[in-house]
Amino acid sequence: MKTPEKQIGARMNRVDGRQKVTGAATYSAEYQLPGITYAVLVGSTITKGRITSIDTKAAERAPGVLAVITHFNSPKVPGFDTAGKDPSQPATVGGPIKVFKDDKIRFNDQPIAIVVADSLERARFAAGLVKGQYAQEKHQTSLEAAKSQAFLPTSAKKNPKHPMNDYQRGQVDAYKTGAIKLESEYVVPTEVHQPMELQAITAHWEAPDRLTIYDKTQGTMATRRDFAREWGLPEENVKVIATYVGGAFGNALHSWQHESAAIIAARVVNRPVKLMLTREQMFTMVGYRPYTWQKLGMSATPDGKITAITHEAIGQTSTFEEFTESTLAQTRMMYESPNLTTRYRIASLDVNSPIWMRGPGEATGAFALESAMDEMAHLLNIDPLEFRLRNYTEQDPEKNRPWSSKFLKECYQLGAERVGWNKRQLKPGSLRDGDWLIGYGMGVGTFGAHRGSSKANIRLLPNGTVLLQSAVTDIGPGTATAMTQIAADTLGLAPEKIKFELGNSNFAQAPTQGGSAIVNTVGPAVQEACLALKEKLRTLAASSNAAFASAKKEDVVFAEGYLTLNGNPAARVPFADLLQQVDGGFVTVESKPQGNASKNYSMYSFSVHFAEVRVHALTGEVRVSKLVSCADAGTIVNEKTAGNQMKGGAVGGIGMALMEHAIIDDRFGRYITKDFADYHVPVHADSPDVQVAFVNKPDPYVNALGTKGIGEIAIIGVAPAIANAIFNATGKRIRELPITPDKLLV
Amino acid sequence: MNQFQYVRPTKQKAAIDALAKDANAQFIAGGTNLLDLMKRGVIASQKLIDINRLPLTKIESQNGSLRIGALALNGPVAEDRLVLERQPLLAQALSAGASAQLRNMATVGGNMLQRTRCPYFYDTAMPCNKREPGTGCGALEGINRMHAIFGFSDKCIAVHPSDMSVALVALDATVLVSGPKGDRRIPFNDFHRLPGDTPQKDTNLEQGELITAVEIPDAPFTKHVSYYKVRERASYAFALVSAAAALELDGTTIKSARLAMGGVAHKPWRLTAAEQVLVGKPATEETFRQAAEVAMQGAKAFKHNAYKLKLGPNTIIQALKTAAAA
Ligand SMILES: Cc1cc2nc3c(=O)[nH]c(=O)nc-3n(C[C@H](O)[C@H](O)[C@H](O)COP(=O)(O)OP(=O)(O)OC[C@H]3O[C@@H](n4cnc5c(N)ncnc54)[C@H](O)[C@@H]3O)c2cc1C
Repeated sequence: MKTPEKQIGARMNRVDGRQKVTGAATYSAEYQLPGITYAVLVGSTITKGRITSIDTKAAERAPGVLAVITHFNSPKVPGFDTAGKDPSQPATVGGPIKVFKDDKIRFNDQPIAIVVADSLERARFAAGLVKGQYAQEKHQTSLEAAKSQAFLPTSAKKNPKHPMNDYQRGQVDAYKTGAIKLESEYVVPTEVHQPMELQAITAHWEAPDRLTIYDKTQGTMATRRDFAREWGLPEENVKVIATYVGGAFGNALHSWQHESAAIIAARVVNRPVKLMLTREQMFTMVGYRPYTWQKLGMSATPDGKITAITHEAIGQTSTFEEFTESTLAQTRMMYESPNLTTRYRIASLDVNSPIWMRGPGEATGAFALESAMDEMAHLLNIDPLEFRLRNYTEQDPEKNRPWSSKFLKECYQLGAERVGWNKRQLKPGSLRDGDWLIGYGMGVGTFGAHRGSSKANIRLLPNGTVLLQSAVTDIGPGTATAMTQIAADTLGLAPEKIKFELGNSNFAQAPTQGGSAIVNTVGPAVQEACLALKEKLRTLAASSNAAFASAKKEDVVFAEGYLTLNGNPAARVPFADLLQQVDGGFVTVESKPQGNASKNYSMYSFSVHFAEVRVHALTGEVRVSKLVSCADAGTIVNEKTAGNQMKGGAVGGIGMALMEHAIIDDRFGRYITKDFADYHVPVHADSPDVQVAFVNKPDPYVNALGTKGIGEIAIIGVAPAIANAIFNATGKRIRELPITPDKLLV
Repeated sequence: MNQFQYVRPTKQKAAIDALAKDANAQFIAGGTNLLDLMKRGVIASQKLIDINRLPLTKIESQNGSLRIGALALNGPVAEDRLVLERQPLLAQALSAGASAQLRNMATVGGNMLQRTRCPYFYDTAMPCNKREPGTGCGALEGINRMHAIFGFSDKCIAVHPSDMSVALVALDATVLVSGPKGDRRIPFNDFHRLPGDTPQKDTNLEQGELITAVEIPDAPFTKHVSYYKVRERASYAFALVSAAAALELDGTTIKSARLAMGGVAHKPWRLTAAEQVLVGKPATEETFRQAAEVAMQGAKAFKHNAYKLKLGPNTIIQALKTAAAA
């Protein structure tokens, strides 16, 4: 029998693509459990103060209403008294608001009541009848106004080694005395994740101490931990199911109040409760990319060597959680600069907490850094690509150690060729096609190639197929597809014979999907589980077949209905025989990073994005006519899904550069952009056919697969590439995103 | 959203009677605007009178004009052969609006009656004189990027969002209505109102009146036309500013012209003075610039919409250039 073709690297279709496009995939709001009820949240209309009363009478009397829950009648949630005290809580300091626990309003549209009814329409109608009365206090929702009160995050104050601390190499603020220097301020406004699938949860108390939730989450285990803790239950009593997640972009990296509220409601009505946020509530009741102000100073020698950089950032957070992100990380390691200073601060506003949004802080920081690189290249009259090459780092200047791998130069070359960089003119405003000004720009991105530890379950089924299970979710990158490919190659089995199940907290431990780390982390676990299964089968086969006794596990081959050995087709043991001996259960394997590689090497994925834009000379309309994204992300497991990741990130970057902007009217503390008619994301016509190229060389240290991660670098650097191209086209430098036509007209 | 009654008459008179009787009733056509407003609690109709069964969908040629039924759908109208031949400016304006899906639901009558997209109007927790007279104008000192530069009052600075209406006002259309007191014809430029002290009233339509059709007089604007819409993305967004331009050219000389702007006032903004600047002049950028300058006379900006003072004339110039080159 011929061995199957190699699957890693193949452009395999998504294993769940058919379910998704035919509607067969079940999302969190689609579980029609017996006795299901429907809930709708009511939000506060003030931004800060206290609830003095809530009139719920009309709602309670409305047809079909089962319960109206507010802080006046909400049951006691045991964990609300201890929450936030656990040292293992996430990277944020403080904790989410405990829903319906007290009368305090900390942000506009904070949930003040949940209405449960026997139909969605009735719940929505009754929710409209709930009226809150408030004692209002003065609020602050403007970062610009609160900048002077910005502070060093507590995590950094407590721990001098914490990466949120100020960073220094060489002299402090040395750019100020540089020969050729610039100093610019940049703003990235609040952006919202707004994935296609709204936040949704179906909460079901199967017994007074057993909770099952079907939840839109990026981490079934983190969500299980949060709600087990909230209800004082052992973790095994809580089950979290997220088989399909309709996009998330970071929005579901945190447990939000609506989830707690649905669980409370299910407890009160003693029936399963389904709650889906509205599109408007997706602006207010969950997190977002925080409004961030940055200042970047840079100096260089006339021949284009950077001598110093100072990069400062102030991001917004809420009054109850200290949210932080790595806005300044790229600046510390991307370019050779002997003097370098970074200072990161946050400022508390009367808003809901932010949460990492794709490319998180790095995408925000790269807008400042990569814009400043373009500004300096212009000052020096040097081609921006050449300027970056002159400051290229062959080892990590922050940690003073080698890269695990870095093929960014190869990316530069690939991208420059494809976009037609040679057409770029040094002098802005030189290229024109009728009323359209044409320009070219580039932006670089990088993100840590993180790898954590994870487990995988594996089992041989009677029909000769293999079942793998992991608690990991798939928010869109095609996790099950990539894992199937990895398993297929390791087992030597056709992908159709492998089933990878995910999105259930009862499956094998896996981290939350985020930070571009899933293939890096779960991939090796799958690989090792496959090897463990082979070894187990080999041992079993050895008892009845001498050839297997001396064989290596690598040589074990799956064939139709039996097990055989590489190079010894005569040795064969039917699966049926083996299955009689296997206890029928799963083999569970844990995979952890080994050795000192992560101490000895700096591990990063790299990307570069090249944009060609057309700007209308009269109207300021911008069209991205070409976008080329090249990545050094180690081994590419599936070029189709990986390419899809890159394209999605690039389109997100177009939104970030040109249109996304969630606006609060600070007088009221309320968003005035509340739907997709006001908050613009790119439509198809805004996006060219994004070209993607991968270097596709394995990283020798991150893991045995050679992968480095793609999700974040797909967007990091796209916005500055477009902003720089607009400068090249028009001579106008826009330092506040998004670059809408009005900004290009003044 | 409140609970409401729903009726679906098949006779025009029954529909008009039902509405005339009940101050809290509303017609519903495509529902693409009304339902959104009801879900947000901006409008709380007690009764919806579905008019989709009335026979008002025809597009027909009459002597001297094109008549389009009030229930003709935006998408099909934009692709109609007669419309494309005789009034291509209208087709362009319709195609520039909303999305294909919405255009296939939205009707011509509903389009002209769509409410402003001002965010303060849409949010019942914010002040808005249009939604709730006497509460103040949230936009006046708020985020007024999208707001009016012409014809506003201190009670309301909202703009009318319809693209189609900008073309219709330029083309001297007439709105045909039928009501309890009989039929009447309203020139398009008198159909929408300026806000003044009663911003709650968008139009001069009276209680119980049904739009039955629009009529567009035949005119020599079949070739050199352009609806140029500037928005924040390539498609599916309301206009920052738009301009409808129609030229009748004799060689390179402008014989007659029609010009209107959208996104600048509480109604589609006809620019008759600027049209006069164009007539008899060569179709050059210089002429267009002069017309644009006249068009902008009297414009006044607020804190966040000063860009419209520049985008306005530039969009007019661009529309005229495109029309002349068509
Ligand atoms: C996301 C989105 C984007 C959009 N973008 C654009 C855009 O870019 N440009 C644009 O121009 N429009 C845009 N629209 C608006 C769209 O054009 C209108 O919603 C549509 O034209 C309304 O028509 P309808 O038939 O659905 O009206 P309905 O919603 O049914 O009715 C609107 C109003 O008109 C009244 N009415 C309807 N027909 C009659 C009649 N015959 N006589 C008397 N009263 C009547 C109703 O009582 C109601 O008050 C957008 C809408 C949405 C939702």
